[in-house]
Amino acid sequence: MNAISATPYISSNKLTLSDPDWVRYASIGITLGIIGLFLVFPLAIVLIEAFAKGWSAYSASLTNPDALSSMRLTLLVALVTVPLTTVFGVSAAWAIARFEFRGKSLLITLIDLPFSVSPVIAGLIYVLIFGAQGWLGLWLSEHDIKIIFAVPGIILATLFVTFPFVARELIPLMQEIGHEEEEAALSLGASGWQTFFKVTLPNIKWALLTGVLLCNARAMGEFGAVSVVSGHIRGLTNTLPLHVEVSYNEYNFVGAFACASLLAALAIVTLVFKTFLEWKQNQDKRLKAKG
Amino acid sequence: MPQSNIMPGFRPAIGLTLVYLAFIVLIPLSAMLLKSMQLNLDEYWAILTNHRVQASFRVSFVSALIAAAVAALFGFIIAWSLVRYTFPGKRLFDALIDLPFALPTAVAGIVLATIYEPQGWIGKLLIDNFGIQVAYKPLGIVVALIFIGLPFVVRTIEPVLQELDTAIEEAAASLGATRLQAFIKVILPNILPATITGFALAFARGVGEYGSVIFIAGNMPYISEIVPLLIITKLEQYEYAGATAIGMTMLILSFLLLLLINGLQWWVRHRTGQL
Amino acid sequence: MSITVSHINKHFGAFTALDNISLEIPEGELVALLGPSGCGKTTLLRIIAGLEQADDGDVFLKGDKVTDQPVKNRHIGFVFQHYALFRHMTVFDNVAFGLRVKPRKERPSEAEIVKKVHALLELVQLDWLHDRFPDQLSGGQRQRIALARALAVEPSVLLLDEPFGALDASVRKDLRHWIRNLHHELNVTSIFVTHDQEEAMEVASQVVVLNHGRIEQQGSPSDIYDHPANAFVSRFIGQTNIFDLDEHDTDWLQTAGLLTPNQEGKIAHVRPHDIVIEKAKPENNSPATLKDWQHLGGLIRLELVKNDANGSAAPVIAEMPNDQFNQLKLNRGDKVDLRIRQAHWFH
Repeated sequence: MNAISATPYISSNKLTLSDPDWVRYASIGITLGIIGLFLVFPLAIVLIEAFAKGWSAYSASLTNPDALSSMRLTLLVALVTVPLTTVFGVSAAWAIARFEFRGKSLLITLIDLPFSVSPVIAGLIYVLIFGAQGWLGLWLSEHDIKIIFAVPGIILATLFVTFPFVARELIPLMQEIGHEEEEAALSLGASGWQTFFKVTLPNIKWALLTGVLLCNARAMGEFGAVSVVSGHIRGLTNTLPLHVEVSYNEYNFVGAFACASLLAALAIVTLVFKTFLEWKQNQDKRLKAKG
Repeated sequence: MPQSNIMPGFRPAIGLTLVYLAFIVLIPLSAMLLKSMQLNLDEYWAILTNHRVQASFRVSFVSALIAAAVAALFGFIIAWSLVRYTFPGKRLFDALIDLPFALPTAVAGIVLATIYEPQGWIGKLLIDNFGIQVAYKPLGIVVALIFIGLPFVVRTIEPVLQELDTAIEEAAASLGATRLQAFIKVILPNILPATITGFALAFARGVGEYGSVIFIAGNMPYISEIVPLLIITKLEQYEYAGATAIGMTMLILSFLLLLLINGLQWWVRHRTGQL
Repeated sequence: MSITVSHINKHFGAFTALDNISLEIPEGELVALLGPSGCGKTTLLRIIAGLEQADDGDVFLKGDKVTDQPVKNRHIGFVFQHYALFRHMTVFDNVAFGLRVKPRKERPSEAEIVKKVHALLELVQLDWLHDRFPDQLSGGQRQRIALARALAVEPSVLLLDEPFGALDASVRKDLRHWIRNLHHELNVTSIFVTHDQEEAMEVASQVVVLNHGRIEQQGSPSDIYDHPANAFVSRFIGQTNIFDLDEHDTDWLQTAGLLTPNQEGKIAHVRPHDIVIEKAKPENNSPATLKDWQHLGGLIRLELVKNDANGSAAPVIAEMPNDQFNQLKLNRGDKVDLRIRQAHWFH
């Protein structure tokens, strides 16, 4: 099938909006070229490299104790951070989208802040507090509490980088929906929680799931921030992405790409779900617009 | 309509939000600020004027700038194609745009390094035919940052382009404008602010990016060592003061640049009457 | 008194939305809060409902002070301007909502809920739509569902925010009659907000006219039409010709029979139907010329221009029944005599 055989739909009914053929073909060509070379090709490479030495090498790389423990740690981190970020995101969205208060725009900026901070700095700040030479370092070592180069540090750094994910999906949506339905519920005698669970939640569920999904992808895939606080202790503080790094740096390419293939699969699943959720959300919006 | 004040739950919601914000973001960030204030100006200056540190800043900011510009250009073309044209598999490709968001940066890093290393799939092609080496050179950093920055641009422009009323183009055409004139005088001014925003987002992300860069960069001090890597190096050598000073400077510089770009965006909106 | 509002003030920043409003609404009335947009009528309605807090002042429902009660404890039914139906629930579940969120002790059994919801849906004549979703309904249907939902909790007062505002003109007319009849049937004290004077006059038993956050007049529709308290009410409540003695030449008005010794002001408001038109008698120095006319169903609206008017004076508008106009056999450009039967005088 010729990739560029379709006629642009705009030209068929809106004559003045059609671009010259060469512009059209060049744009589509560049688009497909970049997507192919930059996005599809790398995904293929992950699989090719992962299976370079056959199936048995692949499965062996995934089932060795270090790989397994890194998977367990990654799941644990996601299991702790995603619910916390979600609860925070919902309450922040409720406060911001439903109330007027002083400093609201500052609060929105601060919630977005972790997006513009380098992940390495996200790790660094926790080292400065909890590290051996950090503010609380001495006290922590006296009480035999390990945060840096241990699981709590990894969780803290992940909480920082995933901080805005849920709030960001919810705030604009809840502002757009408005609060008339919630007022209606309250006027009919519903309590605050009843209003939230019976009216608000059904209206934001797709966006909430999108936020949770993206938060989860980031929590499982975070590298820079976690790298700073982890200490790369094999079998103990290596998350899956860190295990990929360690394997790669040891020239164990099959091992690195086998684990990378899991993470790539996670990314693909995330994208598929995200596309589905966006489609659902648009469907809701279209229905609303029609009405 | 004024926001009603009868909604329940403001106090617990704002309370939880502020406490969590304080513990996860504000207190840790101020810890860095406090730490950097323990340095006196001379010490701070000595760290920043170190040649290796200055080189890393140059590498990080210049490659992020170039990558963001390239991503802005190609991102514009991609967004245009995805919104205005139909072609087979368009929806699939559209969904794929977000891949760099979803793909863990370490995976992106090792894949890009594998593709572009001198013996790699594309790296060999480039070096044999054009004598261009990508991996382990500053160019490799730019390539990785284009990969990372592209979805920011596409996803910022796409919705604006979709919302753009095509009637304005028809109006331009009805008034005798050629397609090119309509594009330059009518479409571009409407899309420019979004393009600048996308550029700014890609740039900000690029400056701080770590995972996708370190594998392909080669990490040669003075040549292809980025700032985040230098921070980690300092930390590993327990030079907390150095790491803090560099981190603080990077944070301030990226905020200043974002501010500058926001100002530029404001100016463009103002000039094109979208304010 | 079913609803009493006393000394309510409300500011949004520097803007005064409500300025010391006091209002008493007897049991069983159907009251229109009428005023131009931005006059504070919706804010007042929301304050009565408890959806908005007044800066000061009190609200009493059935004699009980509810100023500090949240909306859920006020036992009001509120119909929102855009209906605010729950999009993810069927029509049935929407109407049942208020019953299902009651505390367990007060909550009717599911069988009773089913019975009650169907009864309400029959009342609004939409039982056949019970399993549809709001997005599948027309505007008029949504409006009636919103009403059924509000009635399900047996509110002591019913509050409607621009109930006809978002509807097509034809649906709107039907719904006006329907709401009036429904009110007769249920006899629950109701307030609705509108900016359409015709709607207020047609539907309400009492009209409260608001402007700039103040009550200009309260009374029955005929009170307000026949005895407007001030120039604003007179202008707002229907079309009117305005003659300012300082600007008009008094001779002309004298000829038309407007000037009487006992006039009580300087500005006269004259309704179009209070102007009587006759074919000019040749002996009279006829004061006006017929410029144009329009059919308004049973009535004809005539546009008259004053003869030798200086400058661009606004045309005088008069109305008369169709058959009467036909008998006059007037053409455009004919000179006419006019006589003013009645005027309201303001300062």
